[in-house]
Amino acid sequence: MPGLYHAWVYLQSGPLLGLTATLLAWQAASWLDARAGHAGWSNPIMLAMAILVVALIATGTSYRSYFNGAQYVQFLLGPATVALAVPMYANLATMRRNLLPILASMIAGSLAAALSAMLIVAALGAPHAVVISIAPKSVTTPIAMGISQDLGGLPALTAIFVLLTGIFGAAIALPFFRLLRVRDRRAQGLAAGTAAHGIATARLLLESDTAGAFGGLAIGLNGLMTAVMVPLLVRWLLG
Amino acid sequence: MVRALSLLLLCQLLGTVIARATGVPIPGPVFGLVLLLALLVARSGPDPELHSTAQGLLRHLGLLFVPAGVGVVNELGVLRANALAIAIALPISTLLGLAITGLAMQLLLRSER
Repeated sequence: MPGLYHAWVYLQSGPLLGLTATLLAWQAASWLDARAGHAGWSNPIMLAMAILVVALIATGTSYRSYFNGAQYVQFLLGPATVALAVPMYANLATMRRNLLPILASMIAGSLAAALSAMLIVAALGAPHAVVISIAPKSVTTPIAMGISQDLGGLPALTAIFVLLTGIFGAAIALPFFRLLRVRDRRAQGLAAGTAAHGIATARLLLESDTAGAFGGLAIGLNGLMTAVMVPLLVRWLLG
Repeated sequence: MVRALSLLLLCQLLGTVIARATGVPIPGPVFGLVLLLALLVARSGPDPELHSTAQGLLRHLGLLFVPAGVGVVNELGVLRANALAIAIALPISTLLGLAITGLAMQLLLRSER
């Protein structure tokens, strides 16, 4: 049917198809994730990405043509990042009460996570773009991708690193805390939010509200810290 | 909703102007976040409209990452070429971050009392 073919060619040149496909893939992924009982290994972002990647490859559609429509979704990341100020404000009282311990342990943990990741991939011969892309991997995705983009990294790669970090952190956090005898819920939440952002925090929230509140605080604060720290580390390491 | 969205965009816009004008390599929206946080402190909290708009945006935060994530189709080669380095760096750095933050926080909270 030449009519259908023409319609397909027409759709590929406009934003409607990419935008619709993104929203549909997201809903399918959310449904699958709910069916899996929101298990630690299942992640709607990863599922939606997989669906779309397979669809692009199967139909021979270029990423550029897909992004023509998907950019409208992506644009909302900016205002969403700004909106993170609202949950951060709710955590300000918690923060003021333990300001020094929070700042000191987060600076140490945040620096250790970013620097060790950068040094390991650099030592194993990864190119600069990968070293930059992995640096903000402990931070919540909108901020991580922004940092990566600004410094000449690959934001898509950063998005994958952030997801993998979160999924690993969510799975390992509780047994690891048991091993290290980190029993304080405030310390657990802060560490999960600092090292593995929202995905690990969501897992700890199932155990304790206190841990969840400290995790939420750490996500926002670490976003700010990393945004300041990583450009300096990149300049220092990669000159 | 329009008013709250305008405020969010305005903060992002000002944040981007600050980032560009000063040449500081921090994403504009992060400056925007700080501006909004300062505003919330000055006004002692978000109004209901801003609260619900922010919640609405953040509830579907995952969706907003998908387009950039799909960009991985163009990076499969880089990913494959550096798979070993990545497979070692991600778990080790995450464990270090968890251990150092958690142990330091627990120690400091104990010593504060």
